Amino acid sequence: MTGRAVSALARVIAGGYVRWDAPPSANGARVYFANHTSHLDFVLLWSYLPTHLRRRTRPVAARDYWEKGPLRRYLAGHVFRALLIDRAGPEARRAVDQMAHGVAAGDSLILFPEGTRGAGDAIAPFKAGLYHLCELHPGLELVPVSMENLNRVLPKGEFIPVPMVSRVIFGESLRLEDGEPKDEFLARAREAIEALREDR
Amino acid sequence: MIDDRELLWLMTGIAGTLVVATVAGQTLRLSVGGATIANVNARIGAWWVMSAAFVAATLTGGIGSLVLFALLSMLALREFVTLSPTSRGDHRALAWSFFVVIPAQYVLVGVQWYGLFSILIPVYVFLLLAARIVLSGETDRFLERAATIQWGLMACVYCVSYAPALMLLDIDGYDASSGKLLLFLVVVVQASDVLQFVWGKLLGRHRIAPAISPNKTWEGFVGGVACATLLGAGLWWATPFNPWQAAAMSLLIALAGFAGGLVMSAIKRDRGVKDFGGLLPGHGGVLDRIDSLLFAAPLFFHLTRFFF
Repeated sequence: MTGRAVSALARVIAGGYVRWDAPPSANGARVYFANHTSHLDFVLLWSYLPTHLRRRTRPVAARDYWEKGPLRRYLAGHVFRALLIDRAGPEARRAVDQMAHGVAAGDSLILFPEGTRGAGDAIAPFKAGLYHLCELHPGLELVPVSMENLNRVLPKGEFIPVPMVSRVIFGESLRLEDGEPKDEFLARAREAIEALREDR
Repeated sequence: MIDDRELLWLMTGIAGTLVVATVAGQTLRLSVGGATIANVNARIGAWWVMSAAFVAATLTGGIGSLVLFALLSMLALREFVTLSPTSRGDHRALAWSFFVVIPAQYVLVGVQWYGLFSILIPVYVFLLLAARIVLSGETDRFLERAATIQWGLMACVYCVSYAPALMLLDIDGYDASSGKLLLFLVVVVQASDVLQFVWGKLLGRHRIAPAISPNKTWEGFVGGVACATLLGAGLWWATPFNPWQAAAMSLLIALAGFAGGLVMSAIKRDRGVKDFGGLLPGHGGVLDRIDSLLFAAPLFFHLTRFFF
């Protein structure tokens, strides 16, 4: 119920053009990975998923941010069912295990492999987590998602969103090839999003 | 429920026109088919939704129309700002525009404070906005950014707010609060758009402004404006005007609306897009639909206010 309201609100403020290059298949865990410029990124991506997929999709988010204050904790825990990971400290290594655990349980994930929010112009190099996750789950389906204009809706450091029309494209999925080196794979995944951004 | 016979007739007319259009559209789909017909049918479908929202708002009196037009302003400004070269430093100024300026403008219209609602955005927001943007410390393309946001507020908020303001006019021997005058304006301005489209598709040969809008032709312009003028004259019984006055008003509404469509087309052309958005199937964005209204509303409001 709250989930529906939140996703409707996200689309009213930040929605706009959305396109699926490959229609989402029925079930099974997959990872949606996207460029990251705003706290609204995952909310909008999540709101665009068909309801039956949304129920089984968990955004991967930073514990230090989402455990601050009762509202954030409620949203992360009960509305988005976020998979909270530690970005720093001794626990950071466990992040991949946590994600792998989520996938093993049959949940899809929303992941921002840049690891932090950018200004919106360029996509930063991807962190290795996506690769290590695929090592643990060979054949895992990865859906690249390009998100544009969200940095203008709610940029880093602002707390009031400005309504703006966004552009979200779900690309065709890719997988880690057998024996593909880490750097090559991460570059290929990043380029998949770049290609969607240039495609007009 | 509706005591006003004239209002009832206007609404019956709108519903009747849509029924005829729907039947004609479906007949064409079955007999001719093609992309143009599919687009026309998508437009007709959206017309049903827009008309229902508009009529429902009118029936609730002034409040409903104020809320509806305030929402239209927000949606239009959202589409406008998306295509504008704003930057990170404009964020707070934009937040003020959406969440303070728009409500304030419509509240002033609602409390009939004409003296302030007519200068809030052109004078005070003009000054405050520039001041708020300069506080961000970002001077890169400063004037361009400030001017663009100001232009968006003038077009999408200030001009649009003149439409519901019609319900609050004080006219001798005429009840403007029933919403008939607002309906008259919207019917004439939108009919003019549709009729120009239809005449253009049927007879269009000579383009008016090929560099701006390839779809606007002299044949469509003359046919559409003439028919809209006749339609407006035929609706004189719902207005405080006599048939001649209603015709003159309709002519001005149609001409102003044409100018509005052309100006907004130039903006789209400059930004390299075909539509401002995709909210209304077949039509594009909200701003694509109200581009002619926002030019016609202030003119119609002032002419009515001064002469009637």
